[in-house]
Amino acid sequence: MKVIDPHIHMVSRTTDDYLALAINGIHTITEPAFWAGFDRRGVDGFHDYFHHLTVTEPARAARFNIKHYCWIGLNSKEAENQKLAGEVLRIIPEYLDRPTVLGLGEIGLNKNSRNEINVLEMQLEIAAKRNELVLIHTPHLEDKLKGTRIIMDMVLNEKRIKPSRVLIDHAEEHTIGEIKEKGFWFGLTLYPNSKGSPERAVDAVEAYGSDNICINSSADWSVSDPLATVKCANEMRRRGHPEALIQKVFYENPKAFLSQCPKFKAG
Amino acid sequence: MENSPMPAKQALELYFLDNRARLLEIASFLDRIDRYKDSAAAKDDFRYKSFMKALKLIIGTEKDRTINVQLLFSDLTAEPIESAAGLKAFGAWEGTFSEGN
Repeated sequence: MKVIDPHIHMVSRTTDDYLALAINGIHTITEPAFWAGFDRRGVDGFHDYFHHLTVTEPARAARFNIKHYCWIGLNSKEAENQKLAGEVLRIIPEYLDRPTVLGLGEIGLNKNSRNEINVLEMQLEIAAKRNELVLIHTPHLEDKLKGTRIIMDMVLNEKRIKPSRVLIDHAEEHTIGEIKEKGFWFGLTLYPNSKGSPERAVDAVEAYGSDNICINSSADWSVSDPLATVKCANEMRRRGHPEALIQKVFYENPKAFLSQCPKFKAG
Repeated sequence: MENSPMPAKQALELYFLDNRARLLEIASFLDRIDRYKDSAAAKDDFRYKSFMKALKLIIGTEKDRTINVQLLFSDLTAEPIESAAGLKAFGAWEGTFSEGN
């Protein structure tokens, strides 16, 4: 089967993982810009990171016939330093112009602070002005519901951005209904400890239907699994779901969302 | 709804052992809290209280258990906080046990 992983952080993974993706049918991936595990000291660190995302990783992926796309943005964990955030936001447009960049992401909220909201607002302005796709990070754990609601209100108040061009990621059982009702795409993340399991993700497909849903591994530098998507597909299979439905969830859906950016071509 | 064609009895067979093991992990976790020193302090923590409340909720309701547990652990306020500097997520919301909630 063919799978697209729309959210994976390959800068944190080994070359062996690229081989594992390729031999398991994952030939198209998209990588959002995220927090490195520490706060960067200056704008040069972001230049280097965005270069890594737009030059180094596509080349590394190509060795395994994997198409690598990315998203550029300032993650919410580094929004508290407003001076640095302003500097980073000024360099973002030059990277958005690069051929494998699909839009702004992952941008959003982490602890639902006013500084985070301010930075998100400025990035939504860039997205609106340039008509970019948006990949949204929602807060984890107890902050998720509140953050998801604030983010949705902000996007819906920006009339130039259509909800159908926004994917709200790391959705869970208590946020899916509201996200879907407002016309956004939503992502479910398979992450062993703090997010969802394959079983719960398939439960969500069963409860909320297969439209507008994308399932991702978000594999990164923490405990995570780059093959989580194919394992989740297998969970659907062992429950007796038809192959066409599995293909829709793991390939056709992400392809439909991502193809709204003309630079995207699925492998 | 895209429900699996699998009958519920088959789902019980498929998932019983995994979830039996998870239940034993929870029982063992709670025994550990009981056994270790300063047990009362741990039991007074909002995370422990939320956890116990969630267990009751799972047994006491007949549908939407997952959503209800998620809501129990969630910050239900709407107002942004001033700064996130130095803050981390705990997995439960202290405000659940404030007056009025």
